[in-house]
Amino acid sequence: MSIILDHVSYVYGEGTPLEVRALDDVSLQIPDGQFVGIIGHTGSGKSTLVQHMNGLLQATSGRIYFNGQDIYDRDYKLKNLRSKVGLVFQYPEHQLFEIDVFSDVCFGPKNLGLEKKEAELRAFAALRSVGLSEELYYQSPFEISGGQKRRVAIAGVLAMEPEILILDEPTAGLDPKGRKEILDQIRKLQTDTGMTILLVSHSMEDVAEYVDRIIVMNKGKVMYDDVPKKVFACYRELEAVGLAAPQVTYILHELKERGFQVNTEATTIREAAETICEAIMMEE
Amino acid sequence: MLRDITLGQYYQTESIIHKLDPRVKLGGTLLYIISLFLFGSYLGYVIAAAFLGIVIRLSHVPFKFMVKGMRAIFFLLLITVGFNLFLTPGRELVSFWKLTITAEGVRMAVTMAVRLTLLIIGSSVMTLTTTPNNLTDGMEKMMKPLKVFRVPVHEVAMIMSIALRFIPILMEETDKIMKAQIARGADFDSGNVVQRAKALVPLLVPLFISAFRRANDLAMAMEARCYRGGEGRTKMKPLIYGKRDRVAYLCICLYLVSGIVLSRLIGMATGY
Repeated sequence: MSIILDHVSYVYGEGTPLEVRALDDVSLQIPDGQFVGIIGHTGSGKSTLVQHMNGLLQATSGRIYFNGQDIYDRDYKLKNLRSKVGLVFQYPEHQLFEIDVFSDVCFGPKNLGLEKKEAELRAFAALRSVGLSEELYYQSPFEISGGQKRRVAIAGVLAMEPEILILDEPTAGLDPKGRKEILDQIRKLQTDTGMTILLVSHSMEDVAEYVDRIIVMNKGKVMYDDVPKKVFACYRELEAVGLAAPQVTYILHELKERGFQVNTEATTIREAAETICEAIMMEE
Repeated sequence: MLRDITLGQYYQTESIIHKLDPRVKLGGTLLYIISLFLFGSYLGYVIAAAFLGIVIRLSHVPFKFMVKGMRAIFFLLLITVGFNLFLTPGRELVSFWKLTITAEGVRMAVTMAVRLTLLIIGSSVMTLTTTPNNLTDGMEKMMKPLKVFRVPVHEVAMIMSIALRFIPILMEETDKIMKAQIARGADFDSGNVVQRAKALVPLLVPLFISAFRRANDLAMAMEARCYRGGEGRTKMKPLIYGKRDRVAYLCICLYLVSGIVLSRLIGMATGY
């Protein structure tokens, strides 16, 4: 169970003056159960990358394997792949269309050809797992708040029970509280089900705390692919491409420069606080 | 999937045609279309095609793009040719089953096909070399005299430029929603007519909602900048004719006169 990208390139508008090389020779392997963050500046190719993983875009060159099978094989069923690899788009609430929340979440499982009852059971489970309160289930999806809409849209993909969940900027346009709620919910989902999750974001701060591995995209290429601590250690290079490491990285590096014995590898606020406390104790 | 329509899409490059005043291009296109119907002979169409060829050459837009626009009207063209070919009465050439092809029919069908092709490519040249904003600016200025008859010229121009501006945005949006629904297992291209129509609901509902939302946002943004319509409004880049534009007008007139004279006189003399 894994996705392998083998030298994948993708060119938008080939042969026009607006030709853009969105992906340039990307090779990746995403094993089962990993929580991966894909980070990049606007236009770095991160959205294009994830749209390849469920076959929405077809690579200009290169191969993609899902569970060992080439998804560009002529007799490979892409619809099957899409039920295994769930993709939640940016601003997913813009895709809602049904008369109530519950029917909208049923749309995905129904498309898989499941029976009504099975589809409804899955929809219930999905709505519960995103933490939406039950009185909203039969309201119009256009009358609930932005954060709630987003949960409904994520549930709409979860109800298909994918093995891999890809979220493209799931926190875009939400306030800090809503952002944290959604990310916590995603982490809970990952620890509860062991699902493989790919989180696309332009903010290091958002993903630092949650993911096992960070893939940094720049101009269609993979720039870094490592555990968060290693990636953030290159914060100067990240800055050069318009990205920033989490704030704690900066504070710790500054403290170290001024002679405090702190561990600059800390990525979360809690870790940073611990290492600062230790350093102060040592001073004394 | 939806990006293939060139009609109404600007091709960014540097050329004399791009730099012309939009009024010249609008007027020129209109005259060109009229000329296609005035030149009643094959020689006339050769002249028209040659003129168009020169303009395309000057515009630096690859010919490929003009042809792309043709794809959209290919069926219309086919139907027109078919009807003219089979349904024109006259001297019989070939006849099979219930269909008869007449000499007049062939002549009519060829004429129609040539006219339509030149017409579409001719107007594509205008839209490919003029930004939508420029185009509506030109229209607004050309239609200004109609204000006397209480025609809301500015408002119409504004509506048009907004509509044009929104075409690519809504196409992108459609593409995005389509992908999002396909990711949820939606199927847009199989099943019978009823199933297909039903499959469009998950696409159309979000699309309409997004269009309304964008319209609302835009109205708000315009109001926030004190937009109150055309009264007393000045332009940042007012349209003023230059030497280039006068030369262009002259060329168009020359083309029109020479075309009429040649196609009428020589065409009549030789019978083509």
